[in-house]
Amino acid sequence: MSLVVFAGGSQIAATSVVITGGSPAAAVAAGALLNTRLVPYGFAVSGITGRTWWTRLLGAHLTTDESVAFALRYSTRAGAIADPRRASRAFWGCGASLFAVWNASVGLGVLAGTTMGNTGAFGLDATFPAVMLALALPALSRPRTRAAAGGGALVAVALTPVLPAGLPVLAGLSGLLLCLPAGRRRGESKADAGGGGRGESKADARGGGRGESKADARGGGRGESKADARGGGRGESKADARGGGRGARRAGI
Amino acid sequence: MPLLAIGVLAAITYSFRLAGPLLRGRVRISQGAEELFAIASAILLVSLAATGAITEGHGFAGWARPAGVLVAGVLAARKAPFPVVVIAAAGTTALLRLAGVA
Repeated sequence: MSLVVFAGGSQIAATSVVITGGSPAAAVAAGALLNTRLVPYGFAVSGITGRTWWTRLLGAHLTTDESVAFALRYSTRAGAIADPRRASRAFWGCGASLFAVWNASVGLGVLAGTTMGNTGAFGLDATFPAVMLALALPALSRPRTRAAAGGGALVAVALTPVLPAGLPVLAGLSGLLLCLPAGRRRGESKADAGGGGRGESKADARGGGRGESKADARGGGRGESKADARGGGRGESKADARGGGRGARRAGI
Repeated sequence: MPLLAIGVLAAITYSFRLAGPLLRGRVRISQGAEELFAIASAILLVSLAATGAITEGHGFAGWARPAGVLVAGVLAARKAPFPVVVIAAAGTTALLRLAGVA
């Protein structure tokens, strides 16, 4: 997987979806979405991966956060590559060495993992979410992103008890709605893509969530329906939000 | 992970990477779309972090793991080196478990 996908964040994301019992389809969706950032990267470095078709094919596979970052150190503010030869050297040097080290490390990790019996005692289960958080942090400096990510995470955690594994995270994409009013309609297609998963989960949540909050009123039900109302409700219809709130009140009292 | 899923993810990922060199000069990605993808990625990462830290299966994961992730988050926010962040997460969780916290 590491050799052919070669995109750390998505490898870990897809793996963690499967580890938690999620479907392969959900794992692929999560991994693929994380890798959409490679599209603009590809445009950014398309001028420096060589002229022949095979260097381009190879260069494309080495397009990562790191190799692009190193290559773009030689670009001007306007985005043009100022020194193509050095940029190209940086790109290939970084890409190739990263590929070697990354895959060797994954191999070592696999070996170590099989010899280490109880990974829980070493706290290794905490490293997955920690890596995700660390990867997300730079992007969270912007308030809009922070709001969307916070809302999405709330929805995802709130829906985890009621949805099949893997789906809550995709449902978290409804957090995008939090930042849509400020954005332009440009992102329509993306919002739609998120919509497919969300519509599905929403129905589930309403059915399952309400039923549950009635059944075990005090336990999970309360926080759950409240989170639901705040996260999903705001972007969607008001009726939904009120429905959730009512559910929470009924469950709480 | 099933081999087919890995293959599909690899194919999708590679096509994303190849899109730039192939379509260069013909298509421009709008800034809005690019921004939206960036935000979507951030949501996904934070959602994965949150569910991974707090939940196990359909229930609560216990306190040790989220505590480890919290320590890692604080360290990462203070620009600690990546290995330190990861080791701190595992170490905190392991120590808490050793002390009897689930």
